[in-house]
Amino acid sequence: MTIISPDAEPAAAPGTSRVLLAYLRRDRLALAAAIFLALLVLAALLGPWLVGDAASRLGLRQRNLAPFSPDHAWIYFLGADTLGRPILARLVVGAQSTLGIAAAAVFSSMLIGGTLGLVAGYSERWYSHLILRLADVVMSFPSLLLALIVLYTLGPSITNLVIVLAITRMPIYLRTARAEVLELRERMFVSAARSMGAGPARIILRHIAPLVLPTLVTIAAIDFATVILSESALSFLGLGIQPPDFTWGAMVANGRGYLSTAWWIAFWPGLAIMLTTLSLNILSNWARTVADPQQRWRLQTLRKAAR
Amino acid sequence: MKNAHDSIRKGEGPILKIEGLTVDFLSNDAPVRAVDNVSFQVNRGETLVILGESGSGKSVSTSTVMDLVDCPPGDIVGGSCLFDGIELSRLDPEGRRNINGRRIAMIFQDPLAYLNPVYTVGRQIAEVFESHDAAQGAQARANAIELLRRVGIPEPESRVDFYPHQFSGGQRQRVMIAMAIALKPDMLIADEPTTALDVSVQAQILDLLRDLQRETGMALVMITHDLEVAASMADRIIVMNGGKIVESGLAQKVFDNPQHPYTRRLIAALPHGEAAEASHRRSTDIRGETLLKVEHLTKEYVLASGAFAGKRRFRAVDDVSFDVRKGETLGIVGESGSGKSSIARILLRLNEPSSGKAFYAGENIFEMSGKRLVAFRRKVQMVFQDPYGSMNPRMNVRSIISEPWAIHRDLLARNRWKDRVAELLELVGLKPDHAERYPHQFSGGQRQRIAIARALASEPELIVCDEAVSALDVSIQAQVIDLLADLRTRLGLSYIFITHDLPIVRHFADRIMVMKQGKIVEEGPTSALFSAPQHDYTRSLLRAVPKPKWLMSTDAPSAAPGELRPERTRNGSMAG
Amino acid sequence: MFSYIGRRASHSILSVIGLLTLVFFLTRLTGDPSALYLPLDATAEARSAFARLNGLDQPIPWQFAEYLKDLLHLDFGQSLRQNRSAIEVALQAFPETLKLALVAITLSTALAILVGSLAAARPGSLFDRIASLASLAGASAPDFWVAIVGILVFAVGLEVLPTSGTGTWAHWIMPIFVLMLRPFGLLVQVVRGTMLSALASPYIKTARAKGVRRQKIIFGHALRNSLLPVVTVAGDLATGLVNGAVVVETIFGWPGIGKLMIDSIIQRDFAVVQSTILVTATAIFILNIAIDLLYAFLDPRIRY
Repeated sequence: MTIISPDAEPAAAPGTSRVLLAYLRRDRLALAAAIFLALLVLAALLGPWLVGDAASRLGLRQRNLAPFSPDHAWIYFLGADTLGRPILARLVVGAQSTLGIAAAAVFSSMLIGGTLGLVAGYSERWYSHLILRLADVVMSFPSLLLALIVLYTLGPSITNLVIVLAITRMPIYLRTARAEVLELRERMFVSAARSMGAGPARIILRHIAPLVLPTLVTIAAIDFATVILSESALSFLGLGIQPPDFTWGAMVANGRGYLSTAWWIAFWPGLAIMLTTLSLNILSNWARTVADPQQRWRLQTLRKAAR
Repeated sequence: MKNAHDSIRKGEGPILKIEGLTVDFLSNDAPVRAVDNVSFQVNRGETLVILGESGSGKSVSTSTVMDLVDCPPGDIVGGSCLFDGIELSRLDPEGRRNINGRRIAMIFQDPLAYLNPVYTVGRQIAEVFESHDAAQGAQARANAIELLRRVGIPEPESRVDFYPHQFSGGQRQRVMIAMAIALKPDMLIADEPTTALDVSVQAQILDLLRDLQRETGMALVMITHDLEVAASMADRIIVMNGGKIVESGLAQKVFDNPQHPYTRRLIAALPHGEAAEASHRRSTDIRGETLLKVEHLTKEYVLASGAFAGKRRFRAVDDVSFDVRKGETLGIVGESGSGKSSIARILLRLNEPSSGKAFYAGENIFEMSGKRLVAFRRKVQMVFQDPYGSMNPRMNVRSIISEPWAIHRDLLARNRWKDRVAELLELVGLKPDHAERYPHQFSGGQRQRIAIARALASEPELIVCDEAVSALDVSIQAQVIDLLADLRTRLGLSYIFITHDLPIVRHFADRIMVMKQGKIVEEGPTSALFSAPQHDYTRSLLRAVPKPKWLMSTDAPSAAPGELRPERTRNGSMAG
Repeated sequence: MFSYIGRRASHSILSVIGLLTLVFFLTRLTGDPSALYLPLDATAEARSAFARLNGLDQPIPWQFAEYLKDLLHLDFGQSLRQNRSAIEVALQAFPETLKLALVAITLSTALAILVGSLAAARPGSLFDRIASLASLAGASAPDFWVAIVGILVFAVGLEVLPTSGTGTWAHWIMPIFVLMLRPFGLLVQVVRGTMLSALASPYIKTARAKGVRRQKIIFGHALRNSLLPVVTVAGDLATGLVNGAVVVETIFGWPGIGKLMIDSIIQRDFAVVQSTILVTATAIFILNIAIDLLYAFLDPRIRY
């Protein structure tokens, strides 16, 4: 028989922004990544308004201009492409389409995958099995090949690109949501609601969905990097975004033919992709440490007692 | 005590002497002091019990002895640990390694987590011999088989190649013990070794530990939060609270005459059998009409197991019939796997039965659907074991309690919800302004009160309590049961009260049903069942509750299974 | 066990059939191949003769029925471009990709287990920090960009490695490296993470209380338990390697199945597209079953 019961209060969630900021400051790499991403988002939002004209202005004198050339305007700091357009300005404009496409794809795959996952997890009817089989097919086949076939059929456009990326990433949300639902469904507060007479709609919307959402949002943040890489690979292979629109991936493809004469045309946009995805990965790594109660102390100050 | 004296062979003096030990855990804020200037000693061959609740520092102090505290975030601020004349903190890693497992061994609370899941138990036991170069290969394996036999694992020659998940909870703890005694250590530290086990299994493990101690003469340091386990094992006892030792001394002395207020409070909370017989908590007003009648209820699970084994069937509930009258409390008692909780889930239509009928106010529950089922679910409510788990962590108390009204729209007009929540909170002894808080801001007892308020919201006739107080502190248990009894009188409720804990239902139930492996083994009025148990299983349950060491006959070996022991215990909860 | 494999195999066959159906209709939507294979001034008669010869004059559902019938006879159609059996073309390219993929996944798994477990053994050390950053960079790098930067530096600049093609061992270096990058980066993260939680788990405390040697605790107890998630992730990454193969083979002119697939899509060589998908999908399904079996072998708690 239990005489003294461990009646532990769950520790206060480390959710306050002040604490998070302190953890972020303890990890300088994560701090740098966060600053870089913040600047990038700012550039993507305001950039086209500031340098949009420069990005499409042709300049005969600046054709294949090398980077760091001293006697040109600051906008040519990273050089210019074959048509003399400043690469820096094009990077800023490309950031908007690159991030925008990725965000749209991540959001729609989270929404569709999450919804299907809720259904497949809660119900045991035939359509749940069908949903799972479909996810298996998408999951077990290389995403790039699937995307290539679909894009070639439907024709490359921004909408189709978003659809394809969303479809190939969807199974992850679907499976995670389903796994969470399977676990939550057995939790006692769901049993309690059922025993009180709550119907499936109320249980899914009121009791299960609000608890699945944070997990999905976490995955979406990590998945963002993957989607950027997939999109740029598709654009690089020529099946992604089409001119006059462009993303960083398409910029690399443009520069590929001039490797030996003007390396910077392909180099800078690739570096931009790499820094963005790297920052996202560093931040999600940091977030994992914060969320893990066994590892969190690594980000804390650890003041020792006087002795 | 005599045992302890007999087994002192290796000279006098303490085997372990801890002096001023202080351990911190570092974090963002000021360090958390887990162990605060703790000094105690363990004599050769004795049993020392360290008693305390979680967070009292009882486990941290012994983990420091075993060098199991990770630093950082742990930080050993000061103190010395002298083991057989060796200062442990000055040893190099190799020196420490030579002591761990060879001279001091340790067993833990949850053997499934503490055994490596991917290795056979034989390999894990043999590893002790191999790590200390005591035996290798076939010899180590033979030793492992011998140890398994010693700790009472049947068919050790074949079971040695089984994996931890293939054993029962009690057997896994036996495997842990086998591993710990492999090299005949001078001292065994047992950290809550029986906490997760059923009472009858707990009794067997405690017997095994006592026998092994007598055989090998090792010192036993037992960490527990359970006063009865402590009393049944201890020669000496240390009570810890908030990282400090608040009381220490010979076990009988501490129990009979506690000095520190904390210890006094603990000991006062033990249930007393004589008082229970005169309990006011039992029902006084049982009207004749039958509210629920269950007939031949059976729940069968089909376990698919491999291509060759075919299908196995497992009866969780096996032909169970009973009835509950208006205003009555029926206690259903059984250990884990007895099917008691399955009955609750089936009656509430959370699981479907394989066969059988259950009539609620004359109507078969299992044939209800649609509106009738919803109406039934309004009249019968459930209170779960873990009140925290049974509430959506994202909802505040107000929406938790008003959920029944959101489901059953005709129950209460929306503009009355707020007042009614306040009334219900007051009814269960909470404050109306608690309504805006979230479940995690309450203590366990308060949460269970909220769960009861929610159950009352739909004005039910029958409440099924599934281990409703098992997770609570004993003093809180008593309060919650008082509340349930009071509500029964005021609102004319009936209860089905499911528990593994016989003493608890004694206070409260009018009738008791004892279950084992899905079957009812005994049923009868509470006082009759306690004074003259008919079935062997009921008797063994009553007997399994640990008894103080100083009341046990010192020269008789521990009772063999099936043999009757004196029924009289110190705290009297089992008095016949 | 056998019933499990049977169930898995039947699921897989259903999935392959579903995939082939999808691809059949999708590719038929991309346009008329006769436009690509006959001269611009070809007469209408010549066009319809070409269509009749290749069964393209029938309604699409009819073509699909014919295709299924042929499948049952293990006839996967003719390649329009190479005038050979399509499956032959696909099977000829497949080993080239398999060679690349096997070397890449084996090397990156082995390296990742080594680096990841050493990093987890001393978390926060210099080695750990370098390994973490390097693996994050590997997982974040766009493979096509690394490939062309590699060509820029080693082929164009230093002239020590060939730009593309096959033949000598030097041709292998850049494709393998680019292909390894992402699996290696992700796997180091997985190994390090699972090792850290394994080292913090209760059974490690037991091992320490038993006095087991430190090396054996890290490699015998923690790593052995960490292998389970690593195998799962490695399996997923092996599927993903085909993605990398498409990019790598295109850039380095490697005659594998990825390059073949892109070329056939662009050339509207339907039969070859179908066959490459059949071959890749089959390989992936076999791989998945193998991973499941390996998983059951590594974890005694799992029995099918």
